[in-house]
Parts: sequence; structure tokens; C-alpha cells
Amino acid sequence: MVHIIDRRLNPKDKSLANRQRFIGRARRQILDAVRDASSRRRVADIGQGGEEIRIPADGLQEPSFHKGGGRGVRDHVLPGNREYVSGDTIPRPEQGGGGGGRGASADGEGEDAFQFTVSRDEFLDLFFENLELPDLLRTRLSRTETQGLQRAGYSVSGSPSNLNLTRTMRNSLSRRLALRRPRREETRALDEEIDRLERSGRDPERLRELIRMREDLTRRTRAIPYIDPIDLRYNRFSPVPRPITQAVMFCLMDVSGSMTEDMKDLAKRFFMLLYLFLQRRYRHVDIVFIRHTHIAQEVDEDTFFYSRETGGTLVSPALEEMQRVVRERYDPGEWNIYAAQASDGDNTPADNPTVVEMMESAILPLCRYFAYIEVAEDRGWDMTTDLWQVYERLVKAGRPMAMRRVRRRADIFPVFRDLFTPVELKR
Amino acid sequence: MTQVLHQDRPLYTGADWDYALIKKAYDAIEAVAVGEMGLDPYPGQVEIISSEQMLDAYASMGMPVFYRHWSFGKHFARDEMYYRKGMTGLAYEIVINSNPCLCYIMEENTMTLQTLVMAHAAFGHSHFFKNNQLFRSWTDAESILDYLEFAKGYVARCEERYGQREVERVLDAAHALMTHGVHRYPRRQPLNLQEEMDRRRARVRHEEQTFNDLWRTLPQKGDGDGEAIAAGVRDRRQALGLPEENLLYFLEKRAPKLEHWQREILRIVRMVSQYFYPQKQTKVMNEGCATAVHYHIMTRLHETGRLTDGAFMEFLHHHTNVVFQPGFDDPRYSGINPYALGFHILQDLKRMALEPTEEDRRWFPDIAGSGDFLAVWKHAWAEYRDESFILQFLGPKVMRDLRLFALRDDAREPHLTVEAIHDDAGYREVRRALSAQYDLARHEPDIQVVDVDLAGDRRLILEHRTQDGRLLSEPDAHRVLAHLARLWGYPVRLYEVDARSEAVLNEYGDVEPRED
Repeated sequence: MVHIIDRRLNPKDKSLANRQRFIGRARRQILDAVRDASSRRRVADIGQGGEEIRIPADGLQEPSFHKGGGRGVRDHVLPGNREYVSGDTIPRPEQGGGGGGRGASADGEGEDAFQFTVSRDEFLDLFFENLELPDLLRTRLSRTETQGLQRAGYSVSGSPSNLNLTRTMRNSLSRRLALRRPRREETRALDEEIDRLERSGRDPERLRELIRMREDLTRRTRAIPYIDPIDLRYNRFSPVPRPITQAVMFCLMDVSGSMTEDMKDLAKRFFMLLYLFLQRRYRHVDIVFIRHTHIAQEVDEDTFFYSRETGGTLVSPALEEMQRVVRERYDPGEWNIYAAQASDGDNTPADNPTVVEMMESAILPLCRYFAYIEVAEDRGWDMTTDLWQVYERLVKAGRPMAMRRVRRRADIFPVFRDLFTPVELKR
Repeated sequence: MTQVLHQDRPLYTGADWDYALIKKAYDAIEAVAVGEMGLDPYPGQVEIISSEQMLDAYASMGMPVFYRHWSFGKHFARDEMYYRKGMTGLAYEIVINSNPCLCYIMEENTMTLQTLVMAHAAFGHSHFFKNNQLFRSWTDAESILDYLEFAKGYVARCEERYGQREVERVLDAAHALMTHGVHRYPRRQPLNLQEEMDRRRARVRHEEQTFNDLWRTLPQKGDGDGEAIAAGVRDRRQALGLPEENLLYFLEKRAPKLEHWQREILRIVRMVSQYFYPQKQTKVMNEGCATAVHYHIMTRLHETGRLTDGAFMEFLHHHTNVVFQPGFDDPRYSGINPYALGFHILQDLKRMALEPTEEDRRWFPDIAGSGDFLAVWKHAWAEYRDESFILQFLGPKVMRDLRLFALRDDAREPHLTVEAIHDDAGYREVRRALSAQYDLARHEPDIQVVDVDLAGDRRLILEHRTQDGRLLSEPDAHRVLAHLARLWGYPVRLYEVDARSEAVLNEYGDVEPRED
């Protein structure tokens, strides 16, 4: 007696516990691999699906006693002989020393790297070192809304461009039918008959009668217009609030000589994080990279992170550039604008008043949020930089901006969380 | 062959399956397998699973329950990646040597595949498991699932009590020694779960009560006298049951520093290893048996009109893929396909029994023309393992068909030599070499515990006796020895010795137990 059992509804992922153990065990190697992968990735690719990573098998081997190559005698039996006869000699194949087959290498001796795929969630989890990103998302940053128009039936008044022809003509037709407006065929038939009678000159009695009917028709046609104002119908639109589903993120970075590669890497991570965060909230996220020394320009990502520039340090040109880009491409009514600035804090003192002025009058009113992170070598908290002091005044004035210092990679996430935690929750 | 089933209605048409059809097909297969062929399988239990569940099963050695360990997660991660990328397909089924015999079949199989798979697994493999000598004397189809359930629970309880990391340490070490955790000679009695637990308790009690010779610190009489020392070594080795080739067994019984739960975990790993030991030795036969059985059954079903021509063509397509053997220089080559080799040998035996040639009468006088190929098959399935099966039954025709040749790889020579090919002069040599290729005793290094330095620092001494001059792969040997030392608790030393000349070829100096 056979039993046939459907197990498909049994829980899947029986191996999940084992997988978690494996990832826990390989944590260090996986972290390195993930870091490596993230430095190769572009900012916008960070949230993409699963990542295939290769980790060194170090610490993950499953060793066993087995025979190695290089010594002793081995006999192999192989299928598919074509030309060999006994006694033939064959040059030893290059790798492995096996006799054409896999020989001893089949048992995993050569395994020095291990390749597998981590899921998107696992990747992010590891990337942010186990900090719970999703929890953040319900906080802060009220949903942006804009007024949109939505079709809402018909109205009897409106602008000519919204005239709904179908409705209007339908009304007109029914009115004409109801009031018996003479149809064109009717008048034409009458005209023809009158014409015929006039030419023939017979039956003047009938002709008179017809002419009277014709006058009657004309009068009725005049009295009942083809389209009357009461026929008119317009498409009606009513305003509805609509969330803006797109955001643009401005990355501003000081690339003058004082910013080291390490600092840029810190900044890159911060930008990645902000991108991820925005991506979870908005359907579409654009990124604009603006780098500056004493001049500023919009550049592509590679140039932004990897090309070097020399020059003095002025912040205001970057703000101007941002303003220009917003003006040209990103209408604040349609885009949520975020800006993140990374800098080591240097600014030419003469520029500071300009920066304050620009931030207050132009930049901050545009932005949903402005985050400033100061990437710094360890040099003690008491050393405040020019830019820090300038921005601190703005923050104290209650502007939508935040600022933090970051020194190590591990700082990034806490700082980020801190920046984007709503004030109510902080208390 | 005696009974011809007069039923000319196809079992099914079309590719879709449902439970009624599966049941119907199973019954039809059973009629052929048991009624006509006289097979003796375990009662069947067919379980339908999804591909995710198949991947899950892969990761735990194909067993439905298993204890938890990171290495299974590693295998799962790799299998999953290969599968998702399309680099490997999944097996059509997994069959478990248990009573009732569990067959997992995949939901996406067509009805023809389901029929094929049931014939293959629920009758072919199942008959083999139930009747083969090795399985009968080494494994316990009755209790394996219960035992694994016990093992899983036990390991989980240990994790709760002693911490996951601690348990992992023991399991890592035990897994490293797994290949050397089997008894190669028949054991006494199969155990069941209850006895197993009783014995565990008794063992703990016994060990608490008894005195471990390793802890003897008093000097013994006769120290210093050469003769007496030799006698002392002999006594000691006898007392410890040395030499011992089952390293896990030795550690479980004798390692001085292990806790009881650690010993129990070693025992679990050892039991699992022992359970799979016959499967390692019968790959060719097991797959050959299942393939020959499904081929015979499907052919019979088609002959009696219960498989449509279309279904039979589909079956042949799968079957030929399964028994395909690429040549050694083919990029698809990855060793000898056990399905192909086993199937060819069995089909050749059938041919010999029914239509013998002159050559067959010379090579296999007992079989040639005997007419009853099923009896030959059943005898082979019951009494042999791969090595002896090939040595006994590989005929010249199969060697010619597969164009087998033997190649000698002597590390001292600059090139490889073709020792023998598929001709009259070479048949026996090719057969001997192929048989040796399936001899686990040659494959796996022969490593034994030979002595424990009781008087000194309790150093454990192992020997690798090599027949063919091949030595252990070094990096792995170091790692395994480190694991071994961790279990033993004192230094470990390994000598590699030539079995004929007793010359020491290599030595792994004292490996100290170190916590990582």
C-alpha cells in the first residue's frame, strides 16, 4: 500500500537556520566582500537586488584526510578511447597532475574561494552592519504633497478648451429631437418641391401652402438653435492633493586637495545611504553630483568620486550651481529636493557670509532636508571648522538641516540615523 | 516474463499528473516490478515536493531531518546559486533508505517523469536497499529517521545548554574526521532509538564508575627495562584497543578531556557516517540497479500498451540522458557515470543470459545462456558492492562499448602510460584497474591510531599507511590534525609510513590542541 503525500505546503526554507549559521560564521569574510562590492558599485546601484559575492574559503573549509597529488602511483580507467594502444605514453596534462580526469582534485582540495549569492536584504543588513534600516522609514520626513487635478465628472461651465464635445452634442441632439427642430432633409425636400411647382406653374394653391410651411420651418429653425448654451458640457477637474513621487538628491562635495580618498569613501557611503533611504520613499530618485573647489560644476559619478582637482575652497559656487540645476531641471513643485554635503569643513573665511545668505534665502527654502556631514581626521572635538560654525548658526535657527561629524565607517550609520530621526522620537 | 498483462489502455495521456494518476501508475509499476520481476522493495511512500524543498533536501545530505550546522548552509548557498544560474538542474527525485522507503518527487515533473522516477526510486533503489548485503548489515532502514530526529533534538539541546559555538566546535572537528569514523567490518546488532538512548545512559553511568587508564600516574613496575617497556606498550595498546582505524570511535571512547555530551555528538556523526558508508561503496550498483529496473518496467508498460508511444519517446529521451557517458576528452566529461556503467553491465548480463556469444561462454560460463537474467541480477544486487561487482561482472563487450582504457600516472615518470585498452590482452587489466578505482580502501587513506604516550604527555600517535606511495594532501591534513588535537586535548602526531617497507615517508610534528 503506497502513501502519496503532498509536501509542497510544508514550510520551505528548512535550511534557513543553517544558512544563517553559515552567514554568521562567514561574517568577517562576507563583510569584506560586501565592502569590496560596495566600493565597486555606483551610488544608485546600492539598493539593487542580490549580490553575488566571492569569499575566501578561509575558516570555511571542511577539511578531511585525503590523498594529495604529486607522489606515488595512480591508475585511472577512462572511457572513450580513440587511438591509444597499450604502451602509449601521453604527456602529463598541465594542471592538477591528474590523468586526464579529475582524479584527486574532485574532493575539494582546490577550494580556496567560495561563491554564492546574498539576497538584497542580507546585503543591506551586512552593509549597514546589522542596523535595522527599515525601522527608520516610518519616521521623519512628512510626505510631500502637491495639488494635482483629477477628472471629476462634467460641469455646465468652463473654459472652451475643456468642452466635452460628445456630451454637448448628445444634449443638443436630444433637445433638437424633443423640440422638433426641422431637419435639413425636411427643408431640402420642401425646397425641391416648391422649386418644381414654381417651374411648372401648376397648382398655385399647393405652392402657397408649401411656401407657408417653408416659412414656418425657417422660423422654427431660427428659434431652436442647433447648439444652445444649455447643451454645453465641460470636463470638470477638481483639485486633489497628490504626493510627489520623485525626488532629487544633490550630492555636494569638496574635492580640494585636503579631502583624502578615505574621506571621499566615507562621503560615498553616506550618499549611498541617503540614496537608499530616499529610494524607499519615492518612486523615482535622481542624483546630481556637484563637486567644488573654488569653482563648482556638475559632474558624473566617476568624476565626482575619483578624479582629483586642485584649487582653493569656496562653498558658495557649489550652492550656486545647485540653484542653477534646480532652476533648469527640477521644479520644486514637482520634485522633493534633498541635499547632502560632505566636506572637511574648510572654507575661505571671506565666503562665509555669502554662504549664510545663500543658504537662508535660496537653498534651504528649496530643500526638504539639507544634511551636512563633516568628514574629518581625528583631531578632537574642540576644533570647529569655518563651515561648521556657519552651519551651526543655521541649525540653531531651526532650519531643516542637520550636521554631524564622521570619522570612521562605523560612524556613518549612527550619524545617519541620528540625522533622520524625528525630534519627537529623540526625546 | 511469465505473466502477460492484457490491458491495452494507456495509463495516462498528456503531461499533467494528479494523485489518482500517480496512484494508478504506481500500481501498474508495482504489478510489473513485484508481479513479473519478483522484486522485493520496502513499502513505498511517495512525497511530492517543490524545487525549493528539493534544494533544502540537498543541503542536508538528502535527509528529511538533520541536525543544524553551518556547513549545510554553505552547501545550500552554493547549490542554490548554481541552480538559479541554470548551471545545474535538480535531481528528479531523492530516495531515502528507510522503511517505508521515502521517495521525493518534484512537482514540476511531467507524468511520464513521475512514472519513470517511481519505477527508478520506489522499486529500483528500494529493492537494492532492502536486499543488498552491505545495507542489510550496516544500516537500519527501520530506525534511521527516528535516530536523525533524536540527533537533531540532542544537538539542539546541547546548543541551548552549552552554546552554539561550543557545539559547532565539536561538530566541525567531528565532520573533519567523518570519513574516518566508520567501522569497516560488520557490527554486531542494529540498534533502535530506545536501545540507543538506554545505552547512552548506561554508557554514561559506566564511564562515571570506571577508571580511565589514561589517568594512571603511578609509575609501573619494570620501567627502564627494554623488554618490559615493549611488553608495556603491548599491554597498553591492547587495553586501549589499538590499533584503531575508526578515529571517531576511538575519540568517543578514549579521549580524556571530552564531556559526555561531546562524546555523544561524536557518536551521532559517526552513526551518520556509518549509515552513508554503504552508499559510498555501491554507487555504480545502486544506480545501475535502479536504472535497469526503470528501463525494464517502462519497456514492459509500453509493450502492454499502458504507455503511449509519445510517453515512451519522452521516457527514452530522459533515459538516454541519464546513461550518457562522454569520453574522457569531452568537455562534458566528469568521471565515469555510475548510471551508465551500472546500466551497461546489467544489460550486458541480460544479453548474455538470453543471447550468448562464443565470447560470453568463455568469460561467463555460468551466466551465458542461462535464460534467467533476473536471477543473475538479483544475485548480483544482493551479494556485491561496486568493487567486487565490477571485478565479477564487467564483460569484454561493455569495455569495448565504453572504450575503456587504463592509464597509469606515476609521479616519478614525466608522462602517463597507457597500461591496457579494450582488447584481448587488456580486458583483465582494465577490469582490475576499474575495480580498484571503486575500492574505498584504496581511495581513502588508511589512518589508524597506533599509540598513546601514556607515561609522557599523553601524545596521540597516528599512522597513515600508504600502499601506492601517495601521501596526504598537506594543508587539509594540518587542519584535520588541529581538529583532532582539539578533541583529544593533548598533542597529536602523524607519521606517514610506506606499508611495504615500513619506511617513514613524512611526519606531522606535534600538533598542539588550540582553541581558535
